[in-house]
Amino acid sequence: MIINHPLLGPRDAQEFVYLGDARLIDRPDTMSETALDDFHAYLYLRDNPAGSHRELWYHEQGDRSWLVVTRDTTTHEILHVELASDYAKQRGRDR
Amino acid sequence: MSDPLLAPLTALGMNAPMIETIGGVTIGENTSLAIASLSARKGKDQELRALIQPVLGDSLPQPGHAIGARDVTAVWTGVDQWFLMAPLPEHPDFAAEIKALVADTASVTEQTDGWVVFDITGANLIPLLERLCSLDTKAMMAGDATRCLIEHLGCLILCRESARSFTLLGPRSSAASLHHTLVTAARSIA
Repeated sequence: MIINHPLLGPRDAQEFVYLGDARLIDRPDTMSETALDDFHAYLYLRDNPAGSHRELWYHEQGDRSWLVVTRDTTTHEILHVELASDYAKQRGRDR
Repeated sequence: MSDPLLAPLTALGMNAPMIETIGGVTIGENTSLAIASLSARKGKDQELRALIQPVLGDSLPQPGHAIGARDVTAVWTGVDQWFLMAPLPEHPDFAAEIKALVADTASVTEQTDGWVVFDITGANLIPLLERLCSLDTKAMMAGDATRCLIEHLGCLILCRESARSFTLLGPRSSAASLHHTLVTAARSIA
């Protein structure tokens, strides 16, 4: 599997470490009324789609950047790759 | 009281750098390279670039690249992060020297003793590099530099001259393993 790193170009998947669902970026607000339920869902509930899945990969043997990789779980086709920092900023996070 | 006889050993545990020629490939340990890491602090990127410009004679390199106009070479290692390298005899306290220069725009760490450095030269190094790592080394031009896996070790690979001259930085504690890998690969194509 080749991951097309947004800064470094195509790199072998063996250089990367897989973390899981990119929704980990959307950490719930601890001060919210529904924080308990939100964190339960955040920690334990995952979709397990057969098809396109957005996930976090870490370029450990490269530039140590976190990436958000959109991958088809049935074919391993990589549909889109972006820096997790860019993805988080798009979603209103400051870093 | 007698003076203790202390002499520095190389990363391979020798008194002098190991330099070997196998077939058409020369693998030489480079023990005279001072290395420091440089990480821009948040929002200080532009200030840092201005401060470091006089030393480099150029701006800090873009992803996947290295530059070295004068005696200092800068290699991109990550987002807002670089390795700076310079000849050790002229820069015995390199990290402190850089820290004094960049002040609070960046964090600097001493890396000199953390790495083993091999300079590899030959008429065509591509068959060797193909056996070592999964990078497209054939496409690497002078000034390309990137981190990659060699024999399960995170190494930094710098192209000095396309296909003919490369510098490898590997973890010093695994210097002998990396050296063994290089020599084995070189023998297999000699």
